[in-house]
Amino acid sequence: MTETSPENDGSGATGTAAQANTPALEMEGVRKVYEVADEEVVALDHAELIVGSNEIIALVGPSGSGKTTLCSIAGGILSPTEGKVIVGGNDISGYSAKQLTEFRRDSVGFVFQTVNLIPFLTARENLLVVDEISGRDRKRANKRADQLLEELGLADRAGNLPSQLSGGQKQRVAIGRSLMNEPSLVLFDEPTSALDTKLGDQMVELIREEMKSRGTAAIIVTHDERITGYADRTVHITDGRLEA
Amino acid sequence: MSLALKELRRRPGRFGVATVILTLIAILLMFLGGLLDGLTAGNTGAIRAQQADLIVYSATSQDSLVRSRIDPPERRQVEQVKGVDSVSELGSVQLGARIEGKGPRDLVPVVLFGYESASTGLPTTPTKPGEAWADDSLESEGVETGDILKIGPERSPVKVIGFVNDTRYTGQSTLWASMETWRKVQNENRSDARVAPGVSQALVVQAASGANANDLAISVDRATNDQTSSLTEDEAISALPGVESQQRVFNQIIGLTVLIAIIVVALFFALITVERIGLYGVLKALGARSGSLFAGVLLQAVIVTLIASVIGAIAALAMAAVIPPGSIPFIATGSRIAGSAFFLLLAAVIGCAFSLRRVLKVDPAQAMGAGQ
Ligand SMILES: Nc1ncnc2c1ncn2[C@@H]1O[C@H](COP(=O)(O)OP(=O)(O)OP(=O)(O)O)[C@@H](O)[C@H]1O
Ligand SMILES: [Mg+2]
Repeated sequence: MTETSPENDGSGATGTAAQANTPALEMEGVRKVYEVADEEVVALDHAELIVGSNEIIALVGPSGSGKTTLCSIAGGILSPTEGKVIVGGNDISGYSAKQLTEFRRDSVGFVFQTVNLIPFLTARENLLVVDEISGRDRKRANKRADQLLEELGLADRAGNLPSQLSGGQKQRVAIGRSLMNEPSLVLFDEPTSALDTKLGDQMVELIREEMKSRGTAAIIVTHDERITGYADRTVHITDGRLEA
Repeated sequence: MSLALKELRRRPGRFGVATVILTLIAILLMFLGGLLDGLTAGNTGAIRAQQADLIVYSATSQDSLVRSRIDPPERRQVEQVKGVDSVSELGSVQLGARIEGKGPRDLVPVVLFGYESASTGLPTTPTKPGEAWADDSLESEGVETGDILKIGPERSPVKVIGFVNDTRYTGQSTLWASMETWRKVQNENRSDARVAPGVSQALVVQAASGANANDLAISVDRATNDQTSSLTEDEAISALPGVESQQRVFNQIIGLTVLIAIIVVALFFALITVERIGLYGVLKALGARSGSLFAGVLLQAVIVTLIASVIGAIAALAMAAVIPPGSIPFIATGSRIAGSAFFLLLAAVIGCAFSLRRVLKVDPAQAMGAGQ
């Protein structure tokens, strides 16, 4: 047990080393069909996608094209109707609900389309909630939360409730929360939709920094073409079909 | 877990209504229980004070003291039974008492008992003719040591030489005198039911150590050729007029109150759970298990119920302290308070169970806002 290894270096380095060859995400022939009142909505069809171990992908497409659906499947929130989903080398397409819960807890980070912070918890506690769920080492979690808040420029807002934070600050808390469980893949569902252009740019820049410093892979959903500049690669989606 | 606690602390208003209603229910529950205990104590004190293994009535008495007569030969038969350690006599007469310093029409109903010194729950000091120990409920009627009460239509004088505690009978105050004094008062005032010397109403039996009371009851009745009906102390208490029906009625009301508590918790936490579906969706998306989310609901319900129970207990104790003795028969016992709190907690757990399905059903996908 070496207490000296700083967390960002430590976890980031080992994460990269272990997964250097394994893609963060592989989707093979994924199809998702929603059934609504006897009608079938095909939200995702023949989706093929590989996200490298520390790659940042921008997923761009019009409203209703299936972006959120893709993220939900990649993050183990939804199961695909057909196809294979492999995250960090593990095929999660056959997972039970319980296995998926554990998978979400341990392996992925989410930033939801609507920020979804817990209203009665402070910024710092919103990060620590992740740790309460997984029941990990409290001391380590406190350290990590403080470090993330610092990095995200929220150190002086740690004790504020979400209602006392601006839209951008809330968004940053949500980013911090998604990184608490040291995930190998983070899914950002329109992290800039509620922000103005300048703030949106800053936010994506921040996301890029956070991802690159940790060697974490990410999918950033957006319908703002400008943001794609911060990504390593852009994937387009229309009517549930992906095209590079 | 700590999430549930933080919500309780930071949003107390959300739980205020439930806490108030459950507190009222707790107070009601403990008040009803205390009243039942008070009434039962007032009905059964005289029998409990015997600390008897058996109370022996005559066979035709339907186990009622006033209808029962035990003659000296029966007493001797009972004394011969193997396993009987000691036998003493008991007699009672219910009359109106005139208290010194009160108006001549101001009668207090009392039951005058005759007993022998063997009764362990009462003073063993034998009372002289015309003297009696008084139950302390008579103190609140203004009776003092040394007072002479005039008992019954014939105004038989009985001098109070001191007080005993928790010896009431069928809700009335009691006087404890010698068997001779009882026979004298009975014969003076109840010319229709005179008793000859040596006759009593019941026998109080102490079993020899190791003897089983139920078996002994059978042997005693066999020894008297079924001229007697022997009851254990618990049976004798249940046989007292009104005790069982009183307990049944109160327990029904208490049961109904617990049922209402279940409904209150069920409705209230179902409501809170519905309000929290969004929150649960997010937590599930972050990897929280349904079980731990439900444990949080349970924890909140248990804490709210504990708060209600503590306030209820304080109210019950305060009530017991404030109520003047002799007015309302209310006592607050630890076991009653703990029992009420236990039933409320049970109600909270059962009430919460109705929300379990809803918590399980929450879909983490809704946190993603897919399809909105
Ligand atoms: N739970 C659902 N039930 C039925 N249909 C759904 C559900 N969720 C999504 N859909 C449908 O699937 C399609 C893709 O939805 P999705 O939410 O993935 O789109 P999106 O690209 O994220 O859109 P937006 O940019 O508006 O967020 C849409 O046609 C939508 O109506
Ligand atoms: Mg979407």
